[in-house]
Amino acid sequence: MPMFLREASLKRHTVLDLLFRNLTRVSAFGVLVLLAAIIGSLVVGSMPTIHAFGFGFLTSSDWDPVNDQFGALIPIVGTLVTSAIALLIAIPVSFGIAIFLTELSPRILRRPLGVAIELLAGIPSIIYGMWGLFVFAPLFAEHVEPWLSDHIGAMPYIGPFFSGPPMGIGMLAAGIILAIMVIPFIASVMRDVFEVVPTLLKESAYGLGATTWEVMWKVVLPYTKVGVAGGIMLGLGRALGETMAVTFVIGNAHELSKSLLMPGNSIASALANEFTEAYGELYTSALIELGLILFFITFVVLSLARYMLFKLGQREGQVS
Amino acid sequence: MLSLYTRRRIINAVGLAISMLAMAFGLFWLCWILWTLLEHGLPALTPLVFAQMTPPPGSGGGLLNAIAGSLAMTLVGTLIGTPIGILAGTYLAEFGQRGWLAPITRFINDVLLSAPSIVIGLFVYEIYVVHVKHFSGWAGALALSIIVIPIVIRTTENMLRLVPTTLREAAAALGAPQWKIINFVTLRAARAGIITGVMLAIARISGETAPLLFTALNNQFWSSNMDQPMANLPVVIFQFAMSPYEDWQKLAWAGALLITLSVLTLNILARVLFQQKAASH
Amino acid sequence: MTAENIANPKITVPKIIVRDLNFYYGDYRALKDINLSIAEKMVTAFIGPSGCGKSTLLRTFNRMYQLYPKQKATGEILLDGANILDKKQDLNMLRARIGMVFQKPTPFPMSIYDNIAFGVKLYESLSKNDMDERVEWALRKAALWTEAKDKLKQSGTGLSGGQQQRLCIARAIAVKPQVLLLDEPTSALDPISTAHIEKLIDELKEDFTIVIVTHNMQQAARVSDYTAYMYLGDLIEFGDTSTVFTNPKRKETEDYITGRFG
Repeated sequence: MPMFLREASLKRHTVLDLLFRNLTRVSAFGVLVLLAAIIGSLVVGSMPTIHAFGFGFLTSSDWDPVNDQFGALIPIVGTLVTSAIALLIAIPVSFGIAIFLTELSPRILRRPLGVAIELLAGIPSIIYGMWGLFVFAPLFAEHVEPWLSDHIGAMPYIGPFFSGPPMGIGMLAAGIILAIMVIPFIASVMRDVFEVVPTLLKESAYGLGATTWEVMWKVVLPYTKVGVAGGIMLGLGRALGETMAVTFVIGNAHELSKSLLMPGNSIASALANEFTEAYGELYTSALIELGLILFFITFVVLSLARYMLFKLGQREGQVS
Repeated sequence: MLSLYTRRRIINAVGLAISMLAMAFGLFWLCWILWTLLEHGLPALTPLVFAQMTPPPGSGGGLLNAIAGSLAMTLVGTLIGTPIGILAGTYLAEFGQRGWLAPITRFINDVLLSAPSIVIGLFVYEIYVVHVKHFSGWAGALALSIIVIPIVIRTTENMLRLVPTTLREAAAALGAPQWKIINFVTLRAARAGIITGVMLAIARISGETAPLLFTALNNQFWSSNMDQPMANLPVVIFQFAMSPYEDWQKLAWAGALLITLSVLTLNILARVLFQQKAASH
Repeated sequence: MTAENIANPKITVPKIIVRDLNFYYGDYRALKDINLSIAEKMVTAFIGPSGCGKSTLLRTFNRMYQLYPKQKATGEILLDGANILDKKQDLNMLRARIGMVFQKPTPFPMSIYDNIAFGVKLYESLSKNDMDERVEWALRKAALWTEAKDKLKQSGTGLSGGQQQRLCIARAIAVKPQVLLLDEPTSALDPISTAHIEKLIDELKEDFTIVIVTHNMQQAARVSDYTAYMYLGDLIEFGDTSTVFTNPKRKETEDYITGRFG
């Protein structure tokens, strides 16, 4: 090849390299722009309510579209309570599943069972909602809730949380459905972090005569605690932002009630139910501010989750 | 000494029994939900579902317009999201060793990966629907593409990292420029993994309801115009299931079965595909 | 390989007697008809090239292989006359009597004190005072007391590699086992830490029966009383360390020891 041709092609390649590199860089930068745009648009959209109610929006339980009075307390409480119920159920179950999948399961079943749990995560949330409304809630109202209000409803302190008419739909039902939804997320993260525990570490614990349960509980869990916490936070992030599964069964009532058997509302289901029908600037803006609050909460939770999982990964890198 | 040991053995046995129960508990819901879907969905899944439009309450009909709308929006959403995701993922894996952009992008992307999808619907409403003043298929596709992007970025980066450095070095030793190495060697080597990621992203968005509520909304009739409100399976299921009409509820079950089957099929296919690729390495 | 081919040393007080031991990874036979005795309160070393089965043999003594499916052992391993391969043998009890230290230091993610107390608490309910004494005893035995006494509450992972390995030895002996299995305990350590550990082994044999696997022949020569040379799952030669190293009975052993092979 003559010299000048080679030089021309070299120059062309340099230009193309630069072009390609910058194209990918711009795309990556787009992710940051996307985040900024989401936050920006939500802030702009909620300006009217921020001006009208200020911080009082967070602590007020008013929700009166007719008189333009809005407060976020009920949906915020509903979101937090349903997610808390979900975690309360999901954490121990996920831990059990992860132990089963890493230590107990026969090798042939390990993969299919793992996949089955992951498929549970793949089912669209609207299906959980429908199933909850048509199948779970009626059974729950008929068999579980009467028992709860009869036996626990009369107890001191915790009684008021479990009293009231058995309607099936309500905060408790929503929390249980959410638990079923987040179990696969938490369980698969736990399984993944349990699997990175060095074999030698487990063998040394077994070598001292520890039982499987002791190895998991006293050695594997402390070793992976950051990752496990990350997985739980990831599940929490899911539960907080979940819309369809909750909307079907929470009851969508703007009431603050002590009993978990009563209907309530969550941020996501308030949005799903009311946004397209909202009239007036303030009503729409109140809903958008709800969205902003939800995004803020989940952003913090998910950031913590990622940070924790990142920490575990980093320590992994140092050890090996 | 023995009593301590006996106690330990009992705790061990109980703990392990409980973890088996937990596993059974997880599988129990999966089976129950799938069973319910088959029980209600199969009888409702007649050929008419694929031949007729969504009906007004009280008369027979199908889900044709909703199926078509879902397919169209999923397709457009994937077509918008995938290239951006692959490019950004390539940046993270190939150029992101230095500087601040890659770590921050990686972190933000991981957060967006599980951000509440209803907020994304709200976002698209704010930046698009408000300005054009009507719901549309384009808005729905846009919202779906925003869900696709983080998933594709994540898998692209992961898959590119699995490509051995020696392969890149071998190509570089031949004097190939970087854009050629990445496009013709690295990305090609990671192709199966990236396709898996895209399939998982499609599975994810084909069941998403929340982001479509404020963007595509719904349309009772056939619409091939993406600039109009567009029927789609998830929103139709939502409206029909919440309605008091039995015909509508039946159609909702049929739609629910359809969506679940396609999502699960995509999930399983993606796994099989990736596993075959992994095994051949 | 049959028993006659091996120069069996005269072991007066055998702690462990291995009879016709075979070991399988699935269908692969990794140990072939092993017969040997481990002398009480002596150091026995297993040497041989990688894959010869020396670690496999060691791991049958506390049945560590049982954690994994498709691995099985046949034959007899008598610990004080009782067959530990017997199905009735309780695994956890067995492992409490036979301590083990691994190729790499494996401190548990807890404080130095808790690392040592971990195994003790499994079998004994000691008072705070007794436990303190036990921890100190174990750390002194492992020659780690002076370095660690001021940071007992600190994480065990903060120690240097050599200290971590001595911590693992302290953790293993705190349970007061009868036998100590060392699986290439110095392979991840620098020469100075290695020297520390070797000196320690010499002191520990006053209290414990020690079996060590090593890929380092000089180490075997330095620390052990008896040496077994293994190759491809066979026990080629077993005898007094001095005899095996200075006057091997078999050609294969001589080739390996003189470095002509392996």
